[in-house]
Amino acid sequence: MNSLLPFEWVLATRFLREGLLQTLFIVLGVALGVSVIVFMSALLTGLQGSIFKTLLDFQAQIVISPPDQAPRALRSGDGAELATLAQPSAQRPALLDQWQKVRDTTLGIPGVLVVAPVIEGSAFIVRGAANTGVGLRGIEPESYLRLIALEEKITAGSAALGSGDVLIGRQLAEDLGVQLGDKLTLRSATGTSIVLFVSGIFDFGNQGQNTSVYVALRTAQSLVGLPGGVSSLQIRVAVPFEAETQARQIETQPGIKVESWIETNAEFFRALSGQTMSFFVIRVFVGLTAALGIASVLVVSVVQKSKEIGILRATGTTRGQILGVFLLQGAILGLLGSLFGSFMGWMFLTAWRSFAVNDQGVPFFDLEAGPSLYLTVALGATVVGTLSALFPAQRAARLDPAVAIRG
Amino acid sequence: MADQLAQLPDKATLQLIDIRKSYGSGTAHETEVLHGIDLTLARGEFAALIGPSGSGKSTLLNIIGLLDKPSSGKLFLTGQEAENLPDKLLTRLRGDAIGFVFQFHNLLPAFTAVENVMLPLLAMRGRPDAEMRHRAEALIDKVGLTPWGHHLANDLSGGQQQRVAIARSLVMQPALVLADEPTGNLDTQSADNIFDLMRSVSSTLGTTFLIVTHDPRLAKRCDRIVELVDGRIDSDKPNDATHSGREQ
Repeated sequence: MNSLLPFEWVLATRFLREGLLQTLFIVLGVALGVSVIVFMSALLTGLQGSIFKTLLDFQAQIVISPPDQAPRALRSGDGAELATLAQPSAQRPALLDQWQKVRDTTLGIPGVLVVAPVIEGSAFIVRGAANTGVGLRGIEPESYLRLIALEEKITAGSAALGSGDVLIGRQLAEDLGVQLGDKLTLRSATGTSIVLFVSGIFDFGNQGQNTSVYVALRTAQSLVGLPGGVSSLQIRVAVPFEAETQARQIETQPGIKVESWIETNAEFFRALSGQTMSFFVIRVFVGLTAALGIASVLVVSVVQKSKEIGILRATGTTRGQILGVFLLQGAILGLLGSLFGSFMGWMFLTAWRSFAVNDQGVPFFDLEAGPSLYLTVALGATVVGTLSALFPAQRAARLDPAVAIRG
Repeated sequence: MADQLAQLPDKATLQLIDIRKSYGSGTAHETEVLHGIDLTLARGEFAALIGPSGSGKSTLLNIIGLLDKPSSGKLFLTGQEAENLPDKLLTRLRGDAIGFVFQFHNLLPAFTAVENVMLPLLAMRGRPDAEMRHRAEALIDKVGLTPWGHHLANDLSGGQQQRVAIARSLVMQPALVLADEPTGNLDTQSADNIFDLMRSVSSTLGTTFLIVTHDPRLAKRCDRIVELVDGRIDSDKPNDATHSGREQ
């Protein structure tokens, strides 16, 4: 008996060691539950994290665009409606009014990091006999590259765009047989054409994105015949999940439409919260299972030890001390289970990391399992263990020593 | 000596005044099992409580041991009235003033002999210390078990376990030791040894003993024999065989 350890601890550990097989089984049971929680938490956090990273890296968090062109009902001078049906008009490629002013105002809003002007349109790539329609995106490299992780996706050349350069997708480059440094002709719908050098090839790993091309803002403006115009301002904010706040502030400016990525991806967020909810339910049930296991083992232990409890009570042990002995057993079972379970979870994760990889040996996504996860799980299991010991401990404390000793 | 102390009941180890106990009170089946017990045990007395099964011995012992409450009557333990004490204080008083030796299931099997003796002190002080270990070892030595002191309780024979139980009952230096059939499951030789041990403790430490027994042979070796029949003290007399010898 170590003189630093209190009476309750001495008894709790001795009782647990006495019923070693019971203790081992229940610790193993708790450990399995804990390992499932550790593994699933890491998987879920990692999965959601990687989805967010993909979303946020390749998408502006707020987009300012011109307002939708709404048809107005035809009215006479005194306000009477002349035509009751208004057919929506086809949306012309609209430009953002006074975009420099909007950009400067937006940059003044706290939390806004980058505002990048972009013009979007379509064009044909002409190369020899080939003629392919592509999405055209005119960007200012100095702002746009701080908005989107384009540089990460460049597989050849660089993302630095000069006025005579073009960045094209890997798929497109293969289809056209174009290599770095080759010349391409871009022709717009209005007939203007420009010859550009392929200065970089990118790969988003996504067919749609790979059929677009990036050119410098001015080059795109002259190609589509809209000098000085931009079709949208794309914004990056400091805290992506608070993008709505800034979006609403930006919206106070007149003549613009503002959408945050949270609105754009509403469906995705719903799916995500569904996933989080189902994980929560699983976690609750795993926790309940572990708690019931601990409680049932301790209830049996109280019955088995009722004579010993009677002896202890007769020889001066208080009800509170007996309560403490059994609560402590619950806490110890929870803690041991969580330590063992964390280790098992860590092994599952290590195994997962080496199996769930793509052809290049790169994991599909990072599993997030930091010390805080293990700490939370250990603390949670200890609390659950203590709580599940509450009922058996109260039973033990309420035992009538006279009855318990006689059996 | 016993007579002198009896004249000063407030100094008595134990004093019971008109203790009654009934079960199922308030119902049609209310039955009184103790019908007004008056009993005083002086310091150092070595008394036997005898009586047939169902005479209320166990109930009386539980009440004296503060494990059960009387329905009415007064109980003084070393001069302190035990009535209306909250459970925690009652437990402490029990731990302090009374040592128990039961017939069966006396010890905690997961603990060694010395540790079993330490347990009441440990419960009282909260943490183990060297002094309580020395005290327990000294008592284990006193009951002649030093070679087995660090064996688990389960590995000891029945007689050895009862010796440990006696050592444990003495560790708090109680005023009163209650022994419920302490030799009930022992052979004659072991029973005699246990009895002699209790006797010598009583005379050297001045501890009061109340021994419940069925064994007339053992009862005859006590200083005083209290006989309970149908919940009443039927006879309470000094045992002349031992008493006269001790008085002179």
